[in-house]
Amino acid sequence: MNVIVEREKGLLELERRIAELRAANASQPVDMSGEIAALEAKYAEIQREIFGSLTPWEKVHMARHPKRPTALDYIARFDRFDELHGDRHFRDDPAIVGGFAVLAGRPVMVIGQQRGRDTKENLARNFGMVTPEGYRKARRLVLLAERLRLPVVTFVDIKGADPGIGSEERAQAEAIAQCLLAFTRVRVPTVATVIGEGGSGGALALGIADRILMLEHSVYSVASPEGAAAILWSDASKADEAAARLKLTAQDLHAFGIVDEIIAEPLGGAHRDPERTISAVLTTVDAALTALRALETDELVDARYRKYRRMGAWENERREALEARR
Amino acid sequence: MRSVPEWLRARRGKTSADGDAALWSKCSACGEMLYRRDLAANLWVCPRCDHHFRMRAHDRIAMLADGDFVEIGGEVMPADPLGWTDKKSYAAKLATDREKSGLTEAVVCGTTAIGGMPVALGVMDFHFRGGTMGSVVGERIARLFEEARERRLPCIVVTASGGARMEEGMLALMQLAKTTAAVARFLDDGNFYCSVLTDPTTGGVSASFAFQADVIVAERKAMIGFAGRRVIEQTIRQRLPDQFQTAEFLLEKGHIDMVVHRRDLKSVLVRLLEYTRGVHPAAGATP
Repeated sequence: MNVIVEREKGLLELERRIAELRAANASQPVDMSGEIAALEAKYAEIQREIFGSLTPWEKVHMARHPKRPTALDYIARFDRFDELHGDRHFRDDPAIVGGFAVLAGRPVMVIGQQRGRDTKENLARNFGMVTPEGYRKARRLVLLAERLRLPVVTFVDIKGADPGIGSEERAQAEAIAQCLLAFTRVRVPTVATVIGEGGSGGALALGIADRILMLEHSVYSVASPEGAAAILWSDASKADEAAARLKLTAQDLHAFGIVDEIIAEPLGGAHRDPERTISAVLTTVDAALTALRALETDELVDARYRKYRRMGAWENERREALEARR
Repeated sequence: MRSVPEWLRARRGKTSADGDAALWSKCSACGEMLYRRDLAANLWVCPRCDHHFRMRAHDRIAMLADGDFVEIGGEVMPADPLGWTDKKSYAAKLATDREKSGLTEAVVCGTTAIGGMPVALGVMDFHFRGGTMGSVVGERIARLFEEARERRLPCIVVTASGGARMEEGMLALMQLAKTTAAVARFLDDGNFYCSVLTDPTTGGVSASFAFQADVIVAERKAMIGFAGRRVIEQTIRQRLPDQFQTAEFLLEKGHIDMVVHRRDLKSVLVRLLEYTRGVHPAAGATP
């Protein structure tokens, strides 16, 4: 059960009543504008109250909201998209989509983790859990982008890499490890955006980039809150507690220097106004690409190395890490 | 087994062989009661059933290194960036593991020689936080590869890990990226990297430097994979065959180059290292 979906139920009911009153107001002689205004004020107040400040666990649910825009919703708003398929070895993994695209007049390679937008699509896309073939497809597209000197744009949205028998038999760990290598080495600019849930190494495989952007209510974690709770307390129902401890919000990760920029969402979340959210993301991605284009290739790759080389917090940098947290 | 060198004795303090109160260990595979000193002399391999015990980093270094070992990154110590507490605080867990293992973190890195050839060697230890990779493991591994690159040394990393360290959150996950970056530079300069996967190697370590090596060796029957066995069983709701995710299974599937018995590991590494020197390995010699 999604706590955000539950909370929205009352709001949607209010929305319906306001719409009904408006319709009635237009067709009937009685003036109900006072009532409508009161309802609207109440609506706005409730909305602020329940979405104004979300707990980490609520953000996890926001990130998993069934109506939250997915990678293909963003890609559909590019000027052009020509999807490419397959890892050239075994199969095409529908949990990763990618191909040539044009964004704000600029040709790019776009790669996204794609969960389903309904049950049927979720089944087809394995609930967005990527198999080794997906990571091998991503790697192939990165290498191709490098050869054609196309910048790479990725969308991160995955609970975790597929933990199935077949994925293990076909070397899931190796597929992710090699995908990480490709994104580390690539000699073109890269911009990654966390649009939903980023879970563990399976997410990081598309998450190494020169600029990391993150939607305000997205989450990005070393382990799923449920998985962490099961390991730490042998109790998956303590996921809310785990979510708070894991520091998985965009705001936490920005403070740690892992995320470069947070993109604001409409009140109530990205799905309340997908158009606006998608525009904001694409504009920010485009600006990041423009900024990165100013760098020489060697500079770009060196800066990326230094950025990842610095990440982490150890004893002789303890104070710095504590300060970053405040 | 060769006697533990003085330098090592001084460095590691308590050892599994002589510091432990328990004189006997029970083999978890065959149940045999084993005298710990005999077990140590047999490289922590059960003399009855060949079960490979999880080896301590310093014992492993003593087994592989010819002589002295110059540590890299030993001064890098864990912090607590998230102020983490679950049943216990992260600080308390670290203190317990330091006490129990005689280690400061889950990996020991340095330069040494193997078969007379200088190498960079990193050894993980499952006894410290399950060999999980946090900022310190990532930093020490990155420094190891950087030093090896600078000095053009071949690099060997012995892995044993449950994955990324949860108590450091996303900073732990970022160590996959950090180590990958260091490995990439090292490889791109034309250096040789061999990983030795030991029981168990899973999660973020298998999905980064463990599977980025030129040659991947695994110890017999080691459990190796991305997802843990329990996670897979819960997902598919059935029991996995015993062989699943073992070194032998991975060899058959083409994921690794060879499976070795621990007693042969050093000679196998020597043979591999010889190819990196451009010298002719002795024809026909067997490991």
